[in-house]
Amino acid sequence: MVEFLIGLGLPGWVAWSIAALVAAVLLLNVIAGGALVFIWAERKIAARIQDRLGPTRTGGRFGWLQSLADGIKLLAKEDLMPEGADGLLFRLAPYVSFCASFCAFIALPFAFDVVGQRLNVGVFFVVAVLGLEVFGVILAGYASASKWSLFGAMREAAQVVSYEVPLGMCVVVPVMLAGTMDLVTIGEKQAGWMSSWFLFHDPFTFIIFWVYVTCAVASVNRAPFDLAEAESELVAGFHTEYSGLRWSFFFMAEYGSMFLVSGLAAVLFLGGWNGPVPVARLLGFSDGTGESAAYVVRLLGLANLMGKATLGVLFMMWIRWTLPRLRIDQVMTTCLKYCTPIAAVMFAGAMFWQLFLPGGLFPGWGRPAGEIREGWLEGPGGLPAAASPAEDRSSTVTGGEPFERTGLATRSPR
Amino acid sequence: MPDLIEDDPRIIEFDVRTDEMLVNMGPQHPSTHGVLRLVLRTDGEIVSETEPHIGYLHRCAEKIGENLTPRQWIPYTDRLDYLAAMNMNLGWALTVEKLMRHEVGEKARHLRVLIAELNRISSHLVGMGAYGLDLGTFSPFLYAFRERERILDLFEEACGARLTYSYITVGGATADLPPGWLQRCEAFLDQFEPIIKEYHALLTTNAIFVKRTAGIGVLSRAMAIDYGCSGPVLRGSGVDQDLRRDGESLYTGMYDGYAFEVAVQKEGRYPRDHSYPTVPSEAVLGDCWHRFFVRMLEVVQSMDLVRQAIDRYAACPEPLPEPLKLFEKLPVGDAYLETEAPKGQMGFYVVGNGTSIPWRVRARSSSFSNLSVTHELCRGCLIADVPAIVGSLDIVMGEIDR
Repeated sequence: MVEFLIGLGLPGWVAWSIAALVAAVLLLNVIAGGALVFIWAERKIAARIQDRLGPTRTGGRFGWLQSLADGIKLLAKEDLMPEGADGLLFRLAPYVSFCASFCAFIALPFAFDVVGQRLNVGVFFVVAVLGLEVFGVILAGYASASKWSLFGAMREAAQVVSYEVPLGMCVVVPVMLAGTMDLVTIGEKQAGWMSSWFLFHDPFTFIIFWVYVTCAVASVNRAPFDLAEAESELVAGFHTEYSGLRWSFFFMAEYGSMFLVSGLAAVLFLGGWNGPVPVARLLGFSDGTGESAAYVVRLLGLANLMGKATLGVLFMMWIRWTLPRLRIDQVMTTCLKYCTPIAAVMFAGAMFWQLFLPGGLFPGWGRPAGEIREGWLEGPGGLPAAASPAEDRSSTVTGGEPFERTGLATRSPR
Repeated sequence: MPDLIEDDPRIIEFDVRTDEMLVNMGPQHPSTHGVLRLVLRTDGEIVSETEPHIGYLHRCAEKIGENLTPRQWIPYTDRLDYLAAMNMNLGWALTVEKLMRHEVGEKARHLRVLIAELNRISSHLVGMGAYGLDLGTFSPFLYAFRERERILDLFEEACGARLTYSYITVGGATADLPPGWLQRCEAFLDQFEPIIKEYHALLTTNAIFVKRTAGIGVLSRAMAIDYGCSGPVLRGSGVDQDLRRDGESLYTGMYDGYAFEVAVQKEGRYPRDHSYPTVPSEAVLGDCWHRFFVRMLEVVQSMDLVRQAIDRYAACPEPLPEPLKLFEKLPVGDAYLETEAPKGQMGFYVVGNGTSIPWRVRARSSSFSNLSVTHELCRGCLIADVPAIVGSLDIVMGEIDR
């Protein structure tokens, strides 16, 4: 797109800005539209779990317009700020939360190379930026001039130092297996049948996936770790004093991050955009089928990743409407005393597995042979392949010759 | 070593000492069960002092009772413990009958047991569901309400009201049960029985639930007696007392011939060999978990009692007696009677002076005494434990403020 714009005679910086703007707007729509859908889904799912119907009237039979109607209501609400609140921080906080959740999406690939900005430190970027979301929560609690909000903020601060440690250790394992921090490459490494997903790579990754799930739920403040808002204890926690659009930004940030951590789980452990069955390969798309085939394959991948991430979100909703809430000391115990050692041991286990059983228990079985990867897009008919230092590093980790020969999806990030 | 002086600059500990905070929990707080206001003195998350403030729901019910005839006051008793209005009606009706030395027949007796125990189930269902809500899980609340709705349907059929029944009244009940009611009641019990397992899975044995309740808010046996606690709170602390068995003969006579076992908690044991879940190892006698578990056991117990009452009621051939007249004269004298309401001992006191309007009416509610232990139980707990402890006492503000 940039090349096209430059070809039109625009100066480079304008072309880049326009391209960035388009990507940003697209992503924003994914988050905002996704949040609307997920809020509706949550209401319907919660209702079904609880033997109710949920919204049924707004927008036809299934109430699918309910969240839009709610959004309009929130827009029309009076702009309230408590007396004694720190005005600037109070106004700023929801946007900090939302922007963090939104920015992290930039590096999340939705399908092969369908990514806002491919980064060679993608994992690091996503986890780091997602961590910023917490500042919005803490700011909101601090600036609200309400004791309940302050409690919520302090809990969030205590919680963040607890879950960030095991979360970091969990995401490091797929990075180690793939030999890169680039999310696109990590996803591409899991191409092939379901057995090549990192979840099924070895028993250690299987366990660490569940540690990741625990920490991810904690990181997005969902029950049973929703201590910062803890309705029955802290009224509404950090957003007690928020209403209207500002409150809805917190809400959107929450749902955005839910989708993000689920998407991250999908890319890191669940094969990313690679389905359980390499459909593209079985359908006969192979090297050099051309641009249109590549497009179809990407759409398939997009559907795959969206499906997996949505399943993750639904899983979180299911948990939320089933389990009671933990106490703050129990959250810290869970994260620091259980998850961290488990993650550390599993990390070491995965490392030794890589060292001694690089091909798995049955070498050659279940590992992707080079020709059934969907990474053929890099081939002669597809996009130009380019070597990158990341590839050399990764090839020493995973055995199997055809894997490297065809070249990984390592088109250098622009 | 000399005593530490607070403003000694060498002692850094005093510099970083955190301030205490005074927090109002309620009366608009979502988990104070109505309009209870708790003033918490906290240091960070740790609560050092809890002071309950009551009176937000005071309606001078007792004074009103001194201006109405006993039967006219029945609707006001509905509003005491509005979750167990039948039991409130029953307590007042029995007290006035005691004053008047009036005896209702066999049929009315069994009807009262049937209705009162059914209401006990619905009250404990709310207690259970709302307790889940206090601990942050929403679904059990709605499951409990689903079952409670069916009990309310039954009550609606019997008396036309779903919350404030005014059904049991002085001299019997306002109306007999409609035809087919007993079958529908039995059908409900048959459906309800297996569902209790779900509650145990969702709450009683849930790992997080056990973590949040076991060993929290331990009320010792001695303290429970000292503070005059009653009902499930008392039995959860291991005191073997239930007015249906140990009360005045006028009240226990109502349960003559009924087989039931008091759901008292013992160290790691429970009354009957049943399909109850085992007591978790973390649970201490008198903690929130045991108080909750007593209610769950009493639901099963009440179901059993309802079944027995249905059989006995159906076996009574005579018609239900007409209740006493609205303006029946009260004899000179006084009467006090305590009954076992779902929340605990509900006592009514009435003084008659020869007219149809009592000279004095007083009520003694269990929730009031049960609430008074909060400041003992909440000392040194975390903020998150305050709803857990107050919820486990299962208070109803209507009964406390009257």
